Amino acid sequence: MIPLESAASLARLLADRKISAAEVADAYLGRINELDSKLGCFLAVDADSVKAQAKAVQEKIDNKTGGPLAGVPIALKDNISTQGLETTCASKILKGYVPPYDATVVERLKAAGMPILGKTNMDEFAMGTSTETSAFQKTTNPWDTERSPGGSSGGSAASVAGGLAPVSLGSDTGGSIRQPASLCGVVGFKPTYGRVSRYGLVAFASSLDQIGPFARTVEDAALLAATISGHDPMDGTSLPSKAIDVSGLKQGSLKGVKFALPTELFGDAIEDGVKEQLEASIKLLEAEGVIFKRVSMPSVLYGVTTYYIIAPAEASSNLARFDGVRYGALVEGGGHIENFEKTRAHGFGREVRTRIMIGTYALSAGYYDAYYLRATQVRTKMRMEVEAELKDVDAVLCPTSPGVAFKIGELLGDPLALKMLDICTIPANMGGFPAISVPCGLSQGLPVGLQIMGGTMADERVLQLAYAVEQALPKTPASPLLEGVAG
Amino acid sequence: MGKYVASVGMEVHAELSTHSKMFCRCPVAFGGEPNTRVCPICLGLPGTLPVPNHAAIEMVMRTALALNCKIAMHSIFHRKNYFYPDLPKGYQVSQYGETNPIGYHGYLEIPSGNGVKRIGIRRVHLEEDTGKLMHLPSGGSGVDYNRAGTPLMEIVTDFPPDISNPDEAKEYLVQLRQILLYLGVCDGKMEEGSLRCEPNISIRLEGAEQLGVKTELKNLNSFRSVQLGVEFEVARQRELLEKGETVLQETRGWNEAKEESFPMRVKEAENDYRYFPDPDLVPMCFDEETLKELRATIPELPLAKSQRYQKDFGLSAYDAGLLVGDRSWAEYFEEAVKLGGDPKAICNWMNSDFAQFLNKSGQTARESKVTPKLLCELTELIAKGEISGKIAKEIFPEVFETGTSPAEIVKSKGLTQISDDSEVRSIVKKVVEENPAILEKYRNGQTSVAGFFVGQVMKQTGGRANPELVQKLLTEVLNS
Repeated sequence: MIPLESAASLARLLADRKISAAEVADAYLGRINELDSKLGCFLAVDADSVKAQAKAVQEKIDNKTGGPLAGVPIALKDNISTQGLETTCASKILKGYVPPYDATVVERLKAAGMPILGKTNMDEFAMGTSTETSAFQKTTNPWDTERSPGGSSGGSAASVAGGLAPVSLGSDTGGSIRQPASLCGVVGFKPTYGRVSRYGLVAFASSLDQIGPFARTVEDAALLAATISGHDPMDGTSLPSKAIDVSGLKQGSLKGVKFALPTELFGDAIEDGVKEQLEASIKLLEAEGVIFKRVSMPSVLYGVTTYYIIAPAEASSNLARFDGVRYGALVEGGGHIENFEKTRAHGFGREVRTRIMIGTYALSAGYYDAYYLRATQVRTKMRMEVEAELKDVDAVLCPTSPGVAFKIGELLGDPLALKMLDICTIPANMGGFPAISVPCGLSQGLPVGLQIMGGTMADERVLQLAYAVEQALPKTPASPLLEGVAG
Repeated sequence: MGKYVASVGMEVHAELSTHSKMFCRCPVAFGGEPNTRVCPICLGLPGTLPVPNHAAIEMVMRTALALNCKIAMHSIFHRKNYFYPDLPKGYQVSQYGETNPIGYHGYLEIPSGNGVKRIGIRRVHLEEDTGKLMHLPSGGSGVDYNRAGTPLMEIVTDFPPDISNPDEAKEYLVQLRQILLYLGVCDGKMEEGSLRCEPNISIRLEGAEQLGVKTELKNLNSFRSVQLGVEFEVARQRELLEKGETVLQETRGWNEAKEESFPMRVKEAENDYRYFPDPDLVPMCFDEETLKELRATIPELPLAKSQRYQKDFGLSAYDAGLLVGDRSWAEYFEEAVKLGGDPKAICNWMNSDFAQFLNKSGQTARESKVTPKLLCELTELIAKGEISGKIAKEIFPEVFETGTSPAEIVKSKGLTQISDDSEVRSIVKKVVEENPAILEKYRNGQTSVAGFFVGQVMKQTGGRANPELVQKLLTEVLNS
């Protein structure tokens, strides 16, 4: 059954001509057709285009000119610009906006021969941790459709967990790839800041945003990361580095590997069930020869507070361009300024408006030093604390999310609780570090994620460690929607 | 009533002469159909990112060095946030802070009396231009983004300002424009808006410590309007104060036709632009090596050049000023001097006949057929007495039209000056003998008729007789 195969094994089957790109595309279009009314992963799917792409891609496979995942279709978060395909960021203000250009990652996917299945739902402008702030639809968790897939890349996470796509791309500003990956029981990887081009990613918080893969295995995530990474002259913050090299992915051993366990991320903020699952995994890894070092990184406790100054500040400026003048929905209000006011009041949802106001306030004269500047100082301190610990160990290990998937609507009345869901993931964004979430069993029948964070440019090492950990731990089952396929 | 003194601050925006825009590869040009030089980046489409144009950064550094500025070895771009339809991203990429702009704490010298006056410069920074809001003939507004993203350099004078009158304001702009042209960083076309000047003016009673309330002037698109505008504002403010009224802190426009300023908007409070470091742009870091290399590319600047011409060649300040007004004009001059031309003679020819012909033809000196070598040849022919200045003026049009060597023209047309004593003497004698009546008049004391004989000699020789020799021999003949 195609939906059960990993992307790597699909790619092998395709390369060996055991299946065709069209068959693969049809299988996933079928899954979307069957299940997406229930899951709400996709905002846009153009079946004709998917079929046409699959046909064109077959040639690349036949000529062996594609990438390592040639013929494997992919779903894209709706904040990644796709030429000719509506890109809305799940916001009314961008309804009807069709980009005239492809994001760099999209260009690379196309060059690698990966058909684009469609665009996935998300929190509006990636602002949220539950995919509930989407202006268009709810996305549900394939493990329990009463529950949230997490966010903001909820559609991309759920599509992979539910077998509606073999792999997908999301974006991670404070945990928006890793947290939904954890809640949906899949792998989610945020590469080093600058390792994957942001060109074409609609900016939320430019200094934190990073595109990364969702997959059902570490190997798939690594192959996808390799496909999209590497220097891009169109992004001034892109690192002058080569694509992520996955040749050594399976060559790592856990024997003698050292992980730091920050006590702050194993404390009261973390649900007991999650802690238990993590501790159980730690025991298993110790048996494999891993050495654990309990450390303290006091600044990470300020991560959420700091994040909610820096991210909204950047967002308040990044989202200023949505004025209805050049693209998107204009609401006329009289003069220029009135047009802006009406367009933005009507086009942005409540969470986005709130964050724009917070950010505007934090950057205002008289408050800048107390908020924005202070936050950037804490950010530096946090990065230095993590870097200091990383001198002694291979990586930091901690939970990805403090809890398992919550019920849709359950936390809507508690914005602080929603924001605290990012406590374990924010440090990687603050420092620009690569970090990955790998499933590590279930708690209350719902997936728990284990996070591995390494130093800047240690993407290869992080992936290698994640692969070894994935192999060492008991296999976390796939979501019931996929188990059903097998049954 | 006390005496008022003025303080004038100058804010100049210069569009840089780069091939492409500041953060994308769209071409930089003037005019054209609206929105034909745009791309997703300069339109600010979602997801696009800026990549800085290094040529622009270098131009600002060179300007800053030429303006004696300190260079920020670590300089960052900020976002200046405000809403306007001509601003595609809802913010302008600019540079904020006292010591962050690429150049800061510099000065520019302007001629003043017999010496120079230093005008302090507070900052030289790099930013991007906006689009243009236009009223459509069919009603409503449209935006042309062709200009959006053009690299723009802002040069701001010190506060409190050193400029204290309209002449200095104009001279500052003249010198600054010349420097920008010398550096090749801006085309200096004020009428096209590639060089824009916004002076701010305040006056106060002489001896008063506090500066007066200032007004800012916009839409000045020539040196003349800058001078007139500042003059008008100083007079207007003085009149208000003398009447016991107050000056409003406001931005005023300049009406070119009426030669008067008019209120545009009152500044009630400082706008809060929420400047913060642009996270899409990595900090610029410079090293001493780069500075050294750039410093070496800075040519001798116009004021220094003018002073050198006065000192070394004995030219007047006025003549030297004309020569250095344009870098290639000055280079032409220097090339001619290097070829052995007499500086004063070359200067006189350049600033008179040659300049007039160029003006008429619309050519630059380099485009014309008159090479420095030909000009040298011409002045040498005069200096050696081979042709008279008059002949030189007569043949110059042909040199200009055809680029033929003056010596050849003189030779082929037989225009060589006749300086042979006996030849001239015989013509003089002949002319005197042929006009006994006039000779009579002369002998009767009417010496002014000598001019008649000179004219006749010139006529007979086709103007080729050496005038001095004619004069000398005629006196001899008449008095013999």
